[in-house]
Amino acid sequence: MDFKDSDAEATYRAAARRWLDANIAEHDAGHYPDDMAKAKAWQARKAAGGYACITWPQEWGGGGGTPIESVIFGQEEAKHAVDGSYFTIGLGMCVPTVMAYADDATKHRFVGPAVRGDEIWSQLFSEPAGGSDVAAIRTRAVREGNDWVINGQKVWTSGAHYSDYGIVLVRTNPDVPKHQGLTMFWLDLKAPGIDIRPIHQMSGGSSFNEVWFEDVRISDAQRLGPVDGGWKVALFTLMNERLAIGTSGGVGPEDILAFARQADGADGPLLKDTAFRQRLADWWVQAEGLRNTRMRTITALSKGQVPGPESSIGKIVAANQLQDIGNTAVEAGDQYGIIADPALTPLKGAFHAATMWAPGLRIAGGTDEILKNIIAERVLGLPGEIRVDKDQAFRDLPVGA
Amino acid sequence: MNFDYSDDQKFLKDEARKFLAAHCGSDRVRAVLDNAGTAYDASLWKAIGAQGWLGAAIPEEFGGLGLGHIELCAIAEELGRACAPIPFASTVYFVAEALMLYGSDTQKVRWLPRIAAGDVIGAFATSEGAGPVTARSVRTTVSGGKITGEKIPVTDGDVADLIVVLARDGLYLVEQGAGVATEILETLDPTRSAARLTFTDAPCEKLGTDDGIAAMQAVFDRAAVLLAFEQLGGADRCLDMAKRYALDRYAFGRQIGGYQAIKHKLADMYVKNELARSNAYYGAWALNAGAAELPLAAATARVAASDAYWFASKENIQTHGGMGFTWESDCHLYYRRSRQLALVAGSPAAWRERLVGQLEMRNAA
Repeated sequence: MDFKDSDAEATYRAAARRWLDANIAEHDAGHYPDDMAKAKAWQARKAAGGYACITWPQEWGGGGGTPIESVIFGQEEAKHAVDGSYFTIGLGMCVPTVMAYADDATKHRFVGPAVRGDEIWSQLFSEPAGGSDVAAIRTRAVREGNDWVINGQKVWTSGAHYSDYGIVLVRTNPDVPKHQGLTMFWLDLKAPGIDIRPIHQMSGGSSFNEVWFEDVRISDAQRLGPVDGGWKVALFTLMNERLAIGTSGGVGPEDILAFARQADGADGPLLKDTAFRQRLADWWVQAEGLRNTRMRTITALSKGQVPGPESSIGKIVAANQLQDIGNTAVEAGDQYGIIADPALTPLKGAFHAATMWAPGLRIAGGTDEILKNIIAERVLGLPGEIRVDKDQAFRDLPVGA
Repeated sequence: MNFDYSDDQKFLKDEARKFLAAHCGSDRVRAVLDNAGTAYDASLWKAIGAQGWLGAAIPEEFGGLGLGHIELCAIAEELGRACAPIPFASTVYFVAEALMLYGSDTQKVRWLPRIAAGDVIGAFATSEGAGPVTARSVRTTVSGGKITGEKIPVTDGDVADLIVVLARDGLYLVEQGAGVATEILETLDPTRSAARLTFTDAPCEKLGTDDGIAAMQAVFDRAAVLLAFEQLGGADRCLDMAKRYALDRYAFGRQIGGYQAIKHKLADMYVKNELARSNAYYGAWALNAGAAELPLAAATARVAASDAYWFASKENIQTHGGMGFTWESDCHLYYRRSRQLALVAGSPAAWRERLVGQLEMRNAA
């Protein structure tokens, strides 16, 4: 049991470091998260160096490498202030789906530009009536000759406002049970009839969108997989989502430890408060548990194995901890804690921001409750939910709000 | 990156699990539970001695197998899963570790081979009453090679041949016999014995330095990692029991494991158990590598494992409903053991405090 690289891994890491040192300087300085031009330039530089989409075949612009090499490069890249978040959904979920289901001409047209960061992709699955129940999609596509005409609405579409293309799951047959009447397409998000409206979140920002479709006409050549066979394609997309090894960002135990050193408690610094210390220990145990769980996942990748189900616990633990840490720091201010002005609050408002962002993190990408269902059913083998809609035609299902 | 048991260690762990399934079913645990005169399962003790487990981490030059601490962690996990009613932790995690840390060559040569062979049972005597053990709480003294004081509770104190005793000026080795009075205690976990030991001018021998609290803590750090694996094994067993019952039991026309109240409860158990496993692995790495991170890693592993086992053992009873509250059900064996393991090297609250103390020192450095 150790944390050492194998010889091959050490060699790869050393080469990655050399490459980063030689290439990162002009991208590193002044690179802010909202600077898309810089993010695209860095993605293009990585693609040229073979460090974009490391696990993809070289013929598609990838690095032809292994999952563990991708992890190693990610660890080294994370030491620098560069931002790849614009490309996460496209390269992590959408383009792999295109590569698996599109014809060669489509792949040749789109994969390269996506790898180089020239074009950004969005995933359009969720709807107002289908969040956790993704297959309850109502957006319709009706066939007209060699075309399909789409009407309806998607929601929670991350990055749609800056994306060029998307993959969209739509209902093509309402007369069969819900999973059997869905079809997947790719489409140009600038096409006529598409209206993208940012959602004003409770946290104040707008990272998600509503996407409205009004008589949007696309070619049947844009179909990914069989007509009415879209659910299987969607599962492929979502499976790729789960392989991503992510961290939540935001404030953690180290941040609130630093805060508690100088914050006033009832009797001296907050860090000397017994109740606070007990909670800090629990946060540390959670954060270390997740960090060490990632080490177990990386170990599986290093051995060429599929990671075990333990990687599924990450978001549940991290999102709840973020909410708890944020609010504990807010409450520590006593009456003053209600003030959210970054100029007047600790860590420039980071704890307050975490308090307001965490509710979204507990919902996005699978709610706490859905993730617990997934653990119970897929890991522990407990029975699935009762599905009263399983054998009914989609058009006969009761609908509510 | 190799943050997992090796193939050899997995093999050892599988063999240990099979061995304990054959030799330590719950009937054996109950035989100790239901018989007030039985302190531990003597035949199981003999059998695991013959397997060499007692000396897994003891160097070959002192009669052990010299495998290492990761192997001992693997065995500990399986002992915890089986709820083994034997003085393994006292003898191996506390006394053998104390001897390996602080013993002179003479002391090691004298005691370690007999521990490895299963001929000597050990006990680690630190507490003198309710509350954490501190420099102020220790009143036991040594004068002219004789030790005097009272220790309560001492796990396995009634059956120990060799007792490591914390006195005001350090740890001491005391052999069972003259000057040692034993009174058996009623505890929450009768499958592990405990006693009040009263020392009256008992012959003793110094073990290590004059700073007894520091020495105790160093032994606790090592024991905490090994105990965490026992706790993890127990917690995993509780999840397994709850899962089986949730699949077997029908209510309102379907398996109770199909209801979200049960599914989410078991998912919560799984999350805590995996956090505990990952933290225990890190503790195992720190222990085996002799890393400077051991005190923090040990505290992290212990807090996570104590939390996971408590949660899993109590919610396992809840999942079993009324049946889980009966003496006949095995649920309470694990509930009881979770209390014993959570307290034997200091309480979860004390370990949380130690964890934060380590964080403060680390960030100050």
